[in-house]
Amino acid sequence: MRITQGAFSFLPDLTDEQIAKQIQYAIDKGWAVNVEFTDDPHPRNTYWEMWGMPMFDVKDAAGVMFELNECRKTYAGRYYIRVSAFDPSHTWESLRLSFITDRPAEEPGFALDRQEVAGRNQRYTTRSYAASTKPEGARY
Amino acid sequence: MSTIETAKPAEKKRDRYSAGVMEYRKMGYWQPDYEPKATDVIAVFRITPQDGVDAIEASAAVAGESSTATWTVVWTDRLTASEKYRAKCYRVDPVPNAPGSWFAYIAYDLDLFEPGSIANLSASIIGNVFGFKPLKALRLEDMYLPVAYVKTFQGPATGIVVERERLDKFGRPLLGATVKPKLGLSGRNYGRVVYEALKGGLDFTKDDENINSQPFMHWRERFLYCMEAVNRAQAASGEIKGTYLNVTAATMEDMYERSEFAKELGSNIIMIDLVIGYTAIQSMAKWARKNDMILHLHRAGHSTYTRQKSHGVSFRVITKWMRLAGVDHIHAGTVVGKLEGDPYTTKGYYDLCREDFVPQNLAHGIFFDQPWASTNKLMPVASGGIHAGQMHQLIDLLGEDVVLQFGGGTIGHPMGIQAGATANRVALEAMIFARNEGRDILAEGPEILKAAAKNCTPLKQALDTWKDVTFNYSSTDTPDFVPQVTAAE
Repeated sequence: MRITQGAFSFLPDLTDEQIAKQIQYAIDKGWAVNVEFTDDPHPRNTYWEMWGMPMFDVKDAAGVMFELNECRKTYAGRYYIRVSAFDPSHTWESLRLSFITDRPAEEPGFALDRQEVAGRNQRYTTRSYAASTKPEGARY
Repeated sequence: MSTIETAKPAEKKRDRYSAGVMEYRKMGYWQPDYEPKATDVIAVFRITPQDGVDAIEASAAVAGESSTATWTVVWTDRLTASEKYRAKCYRVDPVPNAPGSWFAYIAYDLDLFEPGSIANLSASIIGNVFGFKPLKALRLEDMYLPVAYVKTFQGPATGIVVERERLDKFGRPLLGATVKPKLGLSGRNYGRVVYEALKGGLDFTKDDENINSQPFMHWRERFLYCMEAVNRAQAASGEIKGTYLNVTAATMEDMYERSEFAKELGSNIIMIDLVIGYTAIQSMAKWARKNDMILHLHRAGHSTYTRQKSHGVSFRVITKWMRLAGVDHIHAGTVVGKLEGDPYTTKGYYDLCREDFVPQNLAHGIFFDQPWASTNKLMPVASGGIHAGQMHQLIDLLGEDVVLQFGGGTIGHPMGIQAGATANRVALEAMIFARNEGRDILAEGPEILKAAAKNCTPLKQALDTWKDVTFNYSSTDTPDFVPQVTAAE
């Protein structure tokens, strides 16, 4: 399966040229771009690991692409990598764009575990096939 | 001749508090020199007086009847600081190109209103006054709500920013669909539609306004099957999904019971209809804030009083009231779809939902600067007769902080519901992607969609099926200060 988090997961995988254009769009809006990675892509895992700090002062997408490529050297193929853009302006102060740039070669996806409880009610757990049995770093 | 004209007192000079009937304008409700205070609530009404009734007197009467006045002088006014409590009409302008109607500006002292109560505000402003005989018609066009009053309300339970954080979806409109047919599906069949649509790529599905608890599907059945569908789709996509469970019911007790069950099942969003009333809406907003629930409002019923320009309440006022009342989503028009919506007027509603400060803009129907003082943003929802082929127009008109709901445009896809959902999601992502790259999506939209369809057969089929569907009728509720236009071609 293909995890479809992020703004562009329904499009074909992005080229570096395409990624750079999206990053430049965010920079031109005054947003700080950062690179994050994880091998636990549970839909409610909010805190992916940060590849350094958000790049508040980088004005050219090339600077972010450099960091993305550095991150890829360590994690590409075994981790998900995403690019996110933070808007510090009043009443937003949150992400304004986030998309996946890299994903593991194989994506086994999630099981849905059920626990039958009172009445016809069920407790659901979304369980990652990769992350539920192996420790971080050995999952993909 | 009207009652209030014939009721003129005989003597030229009489004391303000002599018993009997007196013109409203002489009772203090017309004060052309009045400068509204920073804390005054201001309303602008479109008034259409009966033949022979003077516009100023009619406007003063509206001020009187929506504040302290009754039809005759009462001595008990003198026991109060009546000058403060009288609403003051301070300006009356003819409506452009509409002989016989006027815009009346009326200022109300803040002390006239209970803090944090839409019911109290509306009981004054749209209370008895709307049936007042000397007027043929009356419409509440807009209101200025001072910060001092805005701050007495909770505002949206969740707001756009936190909703996006909870859903982990940034930088693109959210996608939804209303389950169709509206009525008749069993719980099991209903959940099937939800599962297919969410798995195919939608973020949300939605109950329709009149899906409550009927013989073909009682509410618990719907909730149970819908949450099975949501959880299955979430596992299948690795994305957060949701379905608006409509908790609208006959009593608050029933609505709380349904809301609690939705929470117990792990739903992230519930829904109510506008017809439940302002107090019930505020109660549900408090409940939603307390229970980490997103609260969707379907504006069922609003067209009975918002659509005609001569009489009723403008939807921009309802939008302001609903942002105060505390809902998180509100249906605010599509412009290009099947339901009423002039582009400029609709832009005005969207601004009132999403901006922290909305400047006066008569061309958008906005009569006053409106500060929101950090009140949470309200997510507008575009729903009704829209399809993937209009994606460029929708994003151009409505921006990215909006839920685009393609009901028929998802479920009516020739290859099925999942294909319909995928077509919409691909069209959406491709258009946002192109916009961010700096392309002129309004001009190049069809081309962008065609290119995206090369990698996506469902999108190609959607474009072929609905390519010629448009709803180009002229709108009835349009701004008075610009020439009328229809939806973008």
